[in-house]
Amino acid sequence: MAESATPIIEIKGVSKVFRMQDQTIHALSEANLSIDKGEFVCLIGASGCGKSTLLRIMAGFEQPSSGDALMWGRPIAGPDPTRGMVFQDYALFPWLSVRDNIGFGPGARGLSSGEIKQITDKFIDLVGLAKFANAYPHQLSGGMKQRVAIARVLANDAELVLMDEPFGALDAMTRERLQDELLDIWQRTKLTVVFVTHSVEEAIVLANRVVVMTPGPGRIESDNSLGLPRPRDVSSPEFNDIRRVLGAKLHSHHAKKAA
Amino acid sequence: MSIAQTSLSPAVVPADTRPRRRSLWSGVKPTMLALIVPALLLAFWQVATTLQWTRLIPTPYAVAEYMVDFAVGGIYDDAYSATLLTHLLASMSRVYGGFALAALFALPIGLMIGRMPWARMLLDPFLQVMRPIPVTAWLPLSMILFGLGAKSAFALVCLGAFYPILLNTVFGVRAVDPKLFEAASMLGCRGNAQFYKVVLPAAVPSIFTGLRLGLGLAWFVIVVGEMTGVPQGLGAVIMDGRTLSRTELVICGMIVIGLAGYLSDRIVVAIGNRLLRWSPNHHG
Repeated sequence: MAESATPIIEIKGVSKVFRMQDQTIHALSEANLSIDKGEFVCLIGASGCGKSTLLRIMAGFEQPSSGDALMWGRPIAGPDPTRGMVFQDYALFPWLSVRDNIGFGPGARGLSSGEIKQITDKFIDLVGLAKFANAYPHQLSGGMKQRVAIARVLANDAELVLMDEPFGALDAMTRERLQDELLDIWQRTKLTVVFVTHSVEEAIVLANRVVVMTPGPGRIESDNSLGLPRPRDVSSPEFNDIRRVLGAKLHSHHAKKAA
Repeated sequence: MSIAQTSLSPAVVPADTRPRRRSLWSGVKPTMLALIVPALLLAFWQVATTLQWTRLIPTPYAVAEYMVDFAVGGIYDDAYSATLLTHLLASMSRVYGGFALAALFALPIGLMIGRMPWARMLLDPFLQVMRPIPVTAWLPLSMILFGLGAKSAFALVCLGAFYPILLNTVFGVRAVDPKLFEAASMLGCRGNAQFYKVVLPAAVPSIFTGLRLGLGLAWFVIVVGEMTGVPQGLGAVIMDGRTLSRTELVICGMIVIGLAGYLSDRIVVAIGNRLLRWSPNHHG
């Protein structure tokens, strides 16, 4: 009862300032965001809007300059296996096979080799890489590497999956396929996903909430719930209405500057 | 929709399973190409000596004949006949011994300089100043410190192999992709565990390159190392050849060092290719 009331992630008045020599960069200004368990939230915005900074604060890689970042009501002190990160450039361990990359987290948790094997087998199957279990990352395509990165996070029992433009480097067909697979995994596992992208279309295909961010200083422009039924049809009028509205919000800071 | 059914993109197959056509020519082509330059050099040598452009260098045939005598004896039966193996083994013991000693020092120091800022500040400036000093320059001091003989030879070979191992270890440790630390920490591997799980494996290709260069340099400095008055060794043979004006002896020593260094490098590369199967840019 109490748990369902507490959001999995709360961002309260979070600002982030980076100081470089004699420059200060306001990467994020007074961000407020609350995410409930099971949501699929997309953060979109142009580069410099602070979306990646916000994601990295949720991951625990960065600490807020002011404000609070909470998970289940407790401050996020640092990286933790409950919050798994999927990077745009995969960040797989190149010296480990697909199997050992996926087993890295369970190994770090000190599970027995039998348990590790059981878990890795399960997630290798989940992402369809059984034939490539013993391949090394450099032998895989971008799409396959990203599947490994996703499996690696899931194998570690992450409750929250943070994805930083994970499909940005992939070709269009692979991206669509991985979007479908990700949605499928999300619906089956009741994960919570926070997904950074700069593509409005990708955000609308995936999310049930789209958080639009604008740069200079980075801030949250609006928080939009999407009621579109799934699976979503990219060519439907409803889809394109939303695309138009979000597109306008995404560029709202230009209009203000011009005025 | 199931995940498995949409899994494989056809573009990617592990490299080894790609079908490959192998003709006889493609098999011998690398060897043939590799032999062209030595053959030209040999021809030039032959021409230069038969036309007597120099009288101080023996003909290839004379050297070949001497090499046989040096290896198995039975032609000249002088002090150097059938002693090749003895000298080769003496030199190998110094090369590999000095190299092992260098690795023993350079690896831990390199890991420390790469990982600990205070170790870098303490040691890096000193080592950068010491590094340009050639091994030859150390010869007199080494003979004073370690005496005439094998100990000095060890020390000089060790010094020659030390810097490439050290520098590549430092580089390998410092060049680890910072994303990998983030990946490890979000997967629950933090602190010192990251050293064994991330830093060391990520640095292995560089460390390996350093060891390979170090071993090469150990062979490279063996002649200087054996100027320290050791009775046996290929370097000692070359120095004797110089003193006795026996150029064929010098050339035989040079060829043996070249071949031994080459074979030793091939073995290291073969080990590396096995060890570093995972690394896309490490196939020598």
